Amino acid sequence: MKTDKILVALAGQPNCGKSTVFNALTGASQHVANYPGVTVDKMTGRYKHDGHKVEVVDLPGTYSLTSYSPEERVSRDFILHEKPSVAVNIMDASNLKRCLYLTFQLLEMNVPVILNLNMMDVAEGRGIIIDHERLSRLLGIPVVPSVMTSGSGKRALIDTIGDVFQGRRTVRPVRIDYKEMEPFFREIEKHLASEKELLENYPARWLAIKLMEGDEEARRLIGEKHANGSTLLAFVEKHRGAFEEQYENAPEMHIGRRRYEVAEEISRSSVQLPADKKKPLSDRIDGWVCHRILGPVILLGMIWLLYYLAIVQGYNITNYTWPLLAKLRSLTEAVMPAPGFIEIPLIRAFALWFVDSINALLNYIPIFFILFGLIAILEDSGYMPRMAFIMDRLFSRYGLHGQSTLPMVLGGIYVGGCAVPGVMSCKGIPDERSRMATIFIIPLLNCLAKVPLYVLLINIYFAQHKALAMFFISTISLLLVLPVSKILTMTVLKNKETAPFVMEMPPYHFPTIRGVLGRAVERVWLFIRKIITIVAALAVVIFVLLQFPGISDERMAHYTAEKEKATNTFFSKIKGTDYADQLAGENLMGLILYWNDYKNAKMLTKGKKAMAALNEKFKARNQAFFTIAQPGTDKAAKKVNRAFKKLFKARKGLLREMRKERIDKSFLGRLGKMLVPATQWAGFNWRVNVALLSAFAAKESSVATLGALYEPEEAGEALEQRMAKGEEGFTPLHALALMMFMVLYPPCLATSIAVKLQTGSVKWMLFSMAYPMLIGVAAATLIFSGGSALGLSGLQAMFAFYGLALTVTIIMGFLKSEADQMIKS
Amino acid sequence: MTLDELKPGSACRIKRLSVRNKLGQRLIDMGVYPGRQLNVVRNAPLEDPMEVEIDGYYVSLRHDEARFIEVERRENR
Repeated sequence: MKTDKILVALAGQPNCGKSTVFNALTGASQHVANYPGVTVDKMTGRYKHDGHKVEVVDLPGTYSLTSYSPEERVSRDFILHEKPSVAVNIMDASNLKRCLYLTFQLLEMNVPVILNLNMMDVAEGRGIIIDHERLSRLLGIPVVPSVMTSGSGKRALIDTIGDVFQGRRTVRPVRIDYKEMEPFFREIEKHLASEKELLENYPARWLAIKLMEGDEEARRLIGEKHANGSTLLAFVEKHRGAFEEQYENAPEMHIGRRRYEVAEEISRSSVQLPADKKKPLSDRIDGWVCHRILGPVILLGMIWLLYYLAIVQGYNITNYTWPLLAKLRSLTEAVMPAPGFIEIPLIRAFALWFVDSINALLNYIPIFFILFGLIAILEDSGYMPRMAFIMDRLFSRYGLHGQSTLPMVLGGIYVGGCAVPGVMSCKGIPDERSRMATIFIIPLLNCLAKVPLYVLLINIYFAQHKALAMFFISTISLLLVLPVSKILTMTVLKNKETAPFVMEMPPYHFPTIRGVLGRAVERVWLFIRKIITIVAALAVVIFVLLQFPGISDERMAHYTAEKEKATNTFFSKIKGTDYADQLAGENLMGLILYWNDYKNAKMLTKGKKAMAALNEKFKARNQAFFTIAQPGTDKAAKKVNRAFKKLFKARKGLLREMRKERIDKSFLGRLGKMLVPATQWAGFNWRVNVALLSAFAAKESSVATLGALYEPEEAGEALEQRMAKGEEGFTPLHALALMMFMVLYPPCLATSIAVKLQTGSVKWMLFSMAYPMLIGVAAATLIFSGGSALGLSGLQAMFAFYGLALTVTIIMGFLKSEADQMIKS
Repeated sequence: MTLDELKPGSACRIKRLSVRNKLGQRLIDMGVYPGRQLNVVRNAPLEDPMEVEIDGYYVSLRHDEARFIEVERRENR
């Protein structure tokens, strides 16, 4: 026995059912991390066997092990550096020949390999018969057939892993004969023989093969670690040239071809293919799904369904989950120190702010759960590559990728997405430049939280053209996003790694319930853990910025005097009633809280019966207070009721005034004022600036902050009227500029965290926050200043801007960028 | 002729890849190399990309990438 712990790597090509095998082996004990320096997920899980702890690492699915993609690099680095005890090579049994291509590369790295022929049921269904014992003999490694979706073959695989680890299975893997290239390898290996340290980590033959392939990483390695690196590299170059000249074939081509030829030989003698070649079902389905006209229609239908189920129905579910979160809030209210007449304890204000910030995100969980479940279905069924196939032409013109479709749908291609899952789903885009571009533009799409501000402004300033304005705002974001993405790819992202589009169109599969639910739960959990913890921390910061330095002593004295005045009026009015004594001192505050609770409870109660029960409950709590609240025919109580209503309103007014002053004086308020010189050309005054700044935490906050800044003069006045009154100089042009800025608003906190996770860098996160602000101010300034200069009305400016955006988008689409040429080099 | 010139429904044999490095290696890794036979299955609704069948599996690629694959036509299946 060597060590106690067995390290197992799972390797395989995409779409071979690798994650099913991983789930079957490790169950719920999974853990996601990142490989250092790249944004590739590292999935780890464990199980126990024969008293050994077995750690399983699920390597990313790759067709090959070159150094051209981050996935392939981390896979092969893991095998070379971590030296797993066993590598399980999972393959789609019906696609043996192409899968063996990867197997040979694993074997060349001198790692003990077990071949897991998965999806045997699919192969048998197609009439493919595999002699797995013969295959095992030919390859010289253990071969385990399985149907992991039903768990068959799992035991055998676990036992085989144990056997190989214990050395109970002799493994003598086949070695590919590269024929005419063999002498070339021998020459290179001779030059490597002296490098003991290098050869401890890298098998000599593997290095020789990689060098002949022209592998960048292998060249770098030799350059750094080999005593005579540059000499050897020059020798290799000469060698490669010589081979190419002599055999009229690129060395890497020869190597790839030999692997396929050997795969072909092995497959021929161990696999029996069906005699009649029927058109596979998937191809027949694709006849419809990728059809010239039906394809886009089906795609639209899918998007609509996704939107309908997740956003619309998910939102309906939040009606049932919201009371739970509201309970959490009222529980917090109950535990925190009670508020005074005008003094709100800081700890109370903070706790409630904190709970509100977290609740705003937790509220999305039902939506996310459905969304992630549906995405998992799309992924497992094999529809995603079709989506990419249909949309690639359009998106690739703008530096995006066919696979940007799903992230954009999630982000809100019309109105009502959410940037967080949008950004998170960018992971699947293989081309780094397109992936980054997609990540950066998603926050510019219309997420659900931007809508309240649009609705507010449209109701005030575009009341006559509501539908038109809503259509403008819903579609303008898509028009802006395309040229922005193109510009980003041509400038800041110019040097990002690209990848060929070449993509397999895998056969369709029925997703399993377990796989789909498992993935949905896992991703929601990731969201909760990563996003919410950080948002919680940042909520504290915003709280401080909004609360401090706070109201000065002098002003506080003013408010205290106001309070005295109001209470004195109240007491003088109720003098002589029985209640005057009962409400003296602390008791008045008791009534205020009672009144508040009663009002809130009444608002949440529906139906006569429930109302009666509620009344009974409050009666039991305090008979005298209840009489004041519901005086009936009691004259004295009626008097007190009237006077108290006035007092209650006065208190509310005072609190609001204080909140306004606090924001006004706060760091954020000062910042809002400081920004006026820059934002005045866009038509934003400091109040708008503060509202926009507060939207960083969550976009919904913009409307809430505006609500606090525009106090109602009469009770019950809607914010629309307040704002219209409060901002008399505000025109539809102002509103349009503001809406445009909201479209281009930087990502909210949660999205910024997602951007950091997906780009793996704080720098890019900051960039994703900064650049929308710049173009946002530019667009708003263009609309406001340009519109004012030309004397345009809000509606005219809207049409003008739309036309401009459309023109730019079309021109950008035809612009060939340098970037497009890069693939060929 | 090159692969991007072929219409859906045509069959061909690969003669040469005129691209190396990333795209060239990727094509080899997906089983696209001289000597292999492939069938053009369909174009996407907006013409690009195209889908081909190689030995029972299906691969999609952009016409811009198919340009680098020199082929000779074969009689239809």
